[in-house]
Amino acid sequence: MTQEKIFNFVVDKDNLAVKVERSFDAPLDLVWAAWTEAELLDQWWAPKPWKAETKSMDFSEGGRWLYAMVGPQGERHWALKDFSKIAPRKSFTYRSLFCDESGKVNPATTGSTWVNSFSESKGITLVTNDIRCDSLAHLEAQIKMGFKEGYSAGLGNLEELLARLREKGK
Amino acid sequence: MRRDIFQAIADPTRRAIIMLLAVQGMTPSAMAEHFETSRQAVSKHIRILVECDLLDQEQQGREIQYHLRADKMLEVEQWLEQFKALMAKRFTQLDDVLTRLKARKK
Repeated sequence: MTQEKIFNFVVDKDNLAVKVERSFDAPLDLVWAAWTEAELLDQWWAPKPWKAETKSMDFSEGGRWLYAMVGPQGERHWALKDFSKIAPRKSFTYRSLFCDESGKVNPATTGSTWVNSFSESKGITLVTNDIRCDSLAHLEAQIKMGFKEGYSAGLGNLEELLARLREKGK
Repeated sequence: MRRDIFQAIADPTRRAIIMLLAVQGMTPSAMAEHFETSRQAVSKHIRILVECDLLDQEQQGREIQYHLRADKMLEVEQWLEQFKALMAKRFTQLDDVLTRLKARKK
């Protein structure tokens, strides 16, 4: 099936909130698994050439995903997701924070709260991320970690990609 | 605590001040005329905007005139563009994972 993928990125700057919608050509079971199982998350969460490496995963209310973003030179940035609410196959909420290897959060840093919702129609699964950042610094940190640096070698690619995205956004 | 532009625009009065300054530079007393709140409250918001590095100051007689730094406002756009690109790249990778999962299921 070749259906045009939905990709919406709506910004509410006043509240520093972003709503992202994306459709996936796969049944809900698979998409839900890809978002909630460490072994699968490790395969896509970090933009190449970075990779995500899970240290521990407890997908339950009150549980935590502790992982590192590993750069091409082996540099590691640690992050965690603290799960607060889970409605199986429907939605889950987490708080995203940066930390050290043991999961200790630097109290000076800020985070973001993500509500991720899933729905399926005719084999296509729609995922919605409602993301609220505490500060611009947190947004910068997310991007710098495993994205900007990863592209510094081929900045042309990034420029091209951004240009395409801007065109699409119009 | 580090201040940034999102703290600047998180408050409705500060957004209104930004709108005013987008049109022209102003002194605090000129700005205060546009608001119901006290001159003190307006000054507090101006101080935060200055701390956010969003305003340029120009001494004008006994008062300071404030100007909006448009380049700072652009900063938000740029970071959001990059965040959008980050999510787009992630999702393309997720597409590949899902394709592999579907193939394995068959």
